[in-house]
Amino acid sequence: MTGTYLGMPAFPEAAREAVRDEVLRANLRHATHTIRDKRARSVAELADWDRLRAAGKAVKDHTLRHLDRYLLQLEEAVTAAGGTVHWAADADEANRIVTDLVRATGEREVVKVKSMATQEIGLNEALEAAGIAAYETDLAELIVQLGHDRPSHILVPAIHRNRAEIRDIFRTEMGSWGRPAPEPLGDDPRELAEAARLHLREKFLRARVAVSGANFMVAETGTMVVLESEGNGRMCLTLPETLISVVGIEKVVPTFRDLEIFLQTLPRSSTAERMNPYTTMWTGLGPSRGADGDGPAAFHLVLLDNGRTDTLADETGRQALRCIRCSACLNVCPVYERAGGHAYGSVYPGPIGAILSPQLRGTGTEIDASLPYASTLCGACYEVCPVAIDIPEVLVHLRERVAQGGPVTRGGVRVTLRPADGRTAERATMRAARLLLDHPGALRAGERLLARARRLAPRRLPGAGRAWTDSRELPTVPAESFRDWWARERGDTQ
Amino acid sequence: MRAALFVTCVNDALYPRTGIAVVRLLERLGVDVDFPAAQSCCGQPQYNTGYRHETEPLMRRTARAFAGHEFVVTPSGSCAAMIREHYPRIGRKAAAEGRGGELAEAAASLAPRVYELTEFLVDVLGVTDVGAYFPHTVTYHPSCHGLRGLGLGDRPRRLLTAVKGLDLVELPGAEECCGFGGTFAVKNPDVSTAMGADKTAAAAGTGAQVLCGADNSCLAHLDGLLRRADSPMRTLHLAEILAATEEEPLP
Ligand code: SF4
Repeated sequence: MTGTYLGMPAFPEAAREAVRDEVLRANLRHATHTIRDKRARSVAELADWDRLRAAGKAVKDHTLRHLDRYLLQLEEAVTAAGGTVHWAADADEANRIVTDLVRATGEREVVKVKSMATQEIGLNEALEAAGIAAYETDLAELIVQLGHDRPSHILVPAIHRNRAEIRDIFRTEMGSWGRPAPEPLGDDPRELAEAARLHLREKFLRARVAVSGANFMVAETGTMVVLESEGNGRMCLTLPETLISVVGIEKVVPTFRDLEIFLQTLPRSSTAERMNPYTTMWTGLGPSRGADGDGPAAFHLVLLDNGRTDTLADETGRQALRCIRCSACLNVCPVYERAGGHAYGSVYPGPIGAILSPQLRGTGTEIDASLPYASTLCGACYEVCPVAIDIPEVLVHLRERVAQGGPVTRGGVRVTLRPADGRTAERATMRAARLLLDHPGALRAGERLLARARRLAPRRLPGAGRAWTDSRELPTVPAESFRDWWARERGDTQ
Repeated sequence: MRAALFVTCVNDALYPRTGIAVVRLLERLGVDVDFPAAQSCCGQPQYNTGYRHETEPLMRRTARAFAGHEFVVTPSGSCAAMIREHYPRIGRKAAAEGRGGELAEAAASLAPRVYELTEFLVDVLGVTDVGAYFPHTVTYHPSCHGLRGLGLGDRPRRLLTAVKGLDLVELPGAEECCGFGGTFAVKNPDVSTAMGADKTAAAAGTGAQVLCGADNSCLAHLDGLLRRADSPMRTLHLAEILAATEEEPLP
């Protein structure tokens, strides 16, 4: 399995493999059900959850509506605190900025705290191409990186791996990245964590450059906020001399006080914890940071657009930018539970991935055009989302974009998309069905025909119908439609 | 009291027994039932697959067919949700795209008059014991659109518990989607089947004879899986159970 998502097959094909992998399905089922139940309990503890949810939604919506203003305010505050702000329009630009910044330090390696934004732009690959090694320090990220794998969950990137698999990865791979795993190594979680700790400690103490993301950025103070649970993030954020943070522009909130909401909703939604174990905040270089105090002597903030302002231009789709990446929607999604994260072909899997990727990347590829259909619209994701993103609504909206085309903004320019390729037959079917349904006379005749031929009904259908009859029986056609029964019983002449 | 039946296209063509059961049940409860023949499909398959424009004529037709009716009752949570939740949305979009305010008005007028069957029984008629008799062990699957879209809550279960002779057993993981999802069932057949198989396994594990639901689309998917597996469990729409009495048991 390669580290990138290029050339991914459409969701149904990618999911097929996962559905057949019994070990993977058992791993996913166990993990998602455990966290789902715990989340429900910790959310139920708060009497004002609904109001926190509404408040989070309102703050995010307000910020998105005035995003330009808050980003400029943020830039000013970060600069005043001794940091440097860089603006990146897309992945290439962001990668170039970070690569140049690392090069300028003369270093050939960086430590990383888990960051979705840098995964989104493929920073590790870009750095590698420039001869710079990037080491992930989050335990699950480390497992994914050592295993030459891809993350399959926002919060628990190695959710698809079990303990025995992790032990094998540590044993065979750690040595080629740094300190090898101790021998003998069992698959007890404590032993595994200790092996990772020893391996990582070496990296933390040696590294002079760190790359991070941020969960929130506060416009009024220029403060970056990172939430994590292992302490690796704090090591990355405080030990190295240079800190480079790559953050999506939608992560800004107006005031420090706004954090009150999200520091309650995010941990409970994601790890079912009342409070986050490590919450690190820093403001530029701060009074105690820099050459004389603790912490890095240089701080760079790379503000990443990469499709976000285009998404913002879409009235229905923009609510996806409220997302605080808690992963609650993944954990309740019955489709994610069976298909696994890799099938979504993006660093953002699950329901949020299904609406975010086709907006950030467009619906041009097979995988992106199939993502809006990777849902039964059951609504479980909407119900748990701590910022009330109506994911089913956006899914249907994006299906329309794929099926019918329509106006979108790409690269800041308003364009009209044509329907995605290969939809001609489906479009014709939908139109024919509508024509029939819009003519009750014809519908009635069709029903009668069906009833008369019901004894001839095949057990397996050809073509698209095979997708149903491969695994399921067809409903038995009744001898008489309801319409005809009514007419016969009630003597209505229609 | 008078109520119009919106039978839905799936029930009309494939599950007429559900429609007949609703008629019997409502009439037994003293409701005069109309069946406006101009009705057709609510447009949900088109809308959910991304063909919003194809939905509009069907929406217009539905609104017109039920224009004069104070109460419109339908034995399908997902079709009720389509009209209540999505019609207003489609109407607003059509107006924004310059196709007049006519659709928006039609939606606004129809939406509040549409009731899913259990809502109509419990909220409008104020009954939970409908005088039914069904001496079997039953487990109930609450379909997603009824559960989360309409917020039916425990209405179906209250109705079932009041049925004489009926033994209602809890379905583990009841609130999880069955995997039907309209065109999802054919667009993502593997995931759909895996979800349905887990649902039918959970149902079989309860030892119930009947898997009951209030949406025949979901039941078609689950029934198809049960029959392919030669399972003795059968699926039934809630309306059929509520319509059954000692004098007139299920055919
Ligand atoms: S969409 Fe909502 S539930 Fe899903 S990750 Fe984002 S904030 Fe969490």
